[in-house]
Amino acid sequence: MQPVVSISDLSKTYADGHQALKNLSLDIERGEILALLGPNGAGKTTLISIICGLVNASSGTVIVDGFDNVIDFRMTRSMIGLVPQELTLGAFDKVINTLAFSRGLFGKKPDPVYLEQLLRDLSLWDKRNNEILSLSGGMKRRVLIGKALAHEPDILFLDEPTAGVDVELRKDMWALVKKLRESGVTIILTTHYIEEAEEIADRVGVISNGELLLIDNKQDIMHQLGKKQMTIELEETISVIPESLSVWALDLSDDGRCMTYTYDPLNPHTTITPLLDSLRGAGLLLKDINTTQTSLEEIFVNLVRK
Amino acid sequence: MSINVQAIKVIYRYEMLRAWETMLQSFISPVISTALYFVVFGSAIGSRIQEIEGVPYGTFIVPGLMMLALLTQSIANASFGIFFPKFTGTVYEVMSAPISFIEILIGYVGAAASKSVIIGFVILGTAGFFVPLEIAHPIWMLSFLLLTCITFSLFGFIIGLWADNFEKLQLIPMLVITPLVFLGGSFYSVSMLPPAWQTITLFNPVVYLISGFRWSFFEVADVSVGLSLAMVLFFLALCLFIVWWMFKTGYRLKQ
Repeated sequence: MQPVVSISDLSKTYADGHQALKNLSLDIERGEILALLGPNGAGKTTLISIICGLVNASSGTVIVDGFDNVIDFRMTRSMIGLVPQELTLGAFDKVINTLAFSRGLFGKKPDPVYLEQLLRDLSLWDKRNNEILSLSGGMKRRVLIGKALAHEPDILFLDEPTAGVDVELRKDMWALVKKLRESGVTIILTTHYIEEAEEIADRVGVISNGELLLIDNKQDIMHQLGKKQMTIELEETISVIPESLSVWALDLSDDGRCMTYTYDPLNPHTTITPLLDSLRGAGLLLKDINTTQTSLEEIFVNLVRK
Repeated sequence: MSINVQAIKVIYRYEMLRAWETMLQSFISPVISTALYFVVFGSAIGSRIQEIEGVPYGTFIVPGLMMLALLTQSIANASFGIFFPKFTGTVYEVMSAPISFIEILIGYVGAAASKSVIIGFVILGTAGFFVPLEIAHPIWMLSFLLLTCITFSLFGFIIGLWADNFEKLQLIPMLVITPLVFLGGSFYSVSMLPPAWQTITLFNPVVYLISGFRWSFFEVADVSVGLSLAMVLFFLALCLFIVWWMFKTGYRLKQ
């Protein structure tokens, strides 16, 4: 299937010489939720801003549903909705008016029925006649999402949508994003929160220093780059690991009570049973066994450190 | 989608609504200031000044006072209209919308010019309470009025795009436009000045605006009407070119 957004060799160097993007190429599949992870200054917002027409690229192309985002800007922009990182709203505008404004700006005729449903979905219908000034931070964030959805876009960019948002609202936001995906909207979000990517994304891309370090299915990343660890708690403390267990490269805790075995779950040669046999052969009595998997966060941190 | 009519409509309506909601500042304030000019210059001082080229002084200053209000209001409305979204960051929405620079201009500059035209007519009506008024060439008067409002709204829009703080927003209207209007023959005929100053005054573009506008009222002008019209059209074309360049390069809008 043709990607809904195709980015080729995109570079951006700002007037001060800072190179925010370095020949970045990326295909975004139709109907997916793509999470772009990266530290501050990685180039995530620059990437989104170029796609949406807010920043001029130094070189490279962005094709949205077959249209160039510079030459055919009317076509591409009418397909895209953007929720910016900052709470940029007209303080004295009424909620319903600001959504109607956004819809018109993107060339759509007024549709009070659609806007009512949208405001109800965002739990803002009761606040429709309130000035934005009077709303809480979470509500303002939802108004921004409403504005981005007011023209019924096919592609939605969410630039750190849950930054500074409380846990409850964050979960509401995730539910909303999932619901939007079910309706066929392609969603691209940038985030600092790994758990956000783990929770809702289909694919995860990691950007650092203007380069796309990795992009893959979330599960595949976990499998490819994630390690598993098995912690073996002993009945009695030991001072050194027995010689017969040296082949397993076990780590002994300082108190001599636990041994840790790190392994690749995808490695076909990794088997737990021979290890357990070796432990029994060494005369060690086991009190407990616990396994953990590397989180996306640890994978992300390791990638960015490299 | 050839022309984004809906976008033009919502920007225009939004800007007009803003003026309506701040009516005291937008409409009442310029009318009060102009009324004060009539009281001070027209009645108090004007009663001691002879007719100028056959026109009573109180009546003579009406076109100049209208121009003073039109120029300052056009610039103030248009510059604030685009500066404020830039200042608050809400301009991102306009910049990411499927809208061309011409459509943005029609929305913002059209609204600013409309407000100025309304103010112009309100001032004209107010002047009618103070002095007897007759307009010799109503079509020309309307043409000068519209051209001036559009041109100076465009100029204000440029200032709004250029300014990156409130001080800069006020800088050109206060330090350039107001002196040019006062020295451009708002309250006097250029022929009343000493010969040397008459020549210097001709470098002031506002002289041509006021002269043409005054001619449409009383058939009295400091420079020929054709020259006045040419100057307005030249300034209009210059402003359009500058705005086009600003949008093309993304000056102060895109990085």
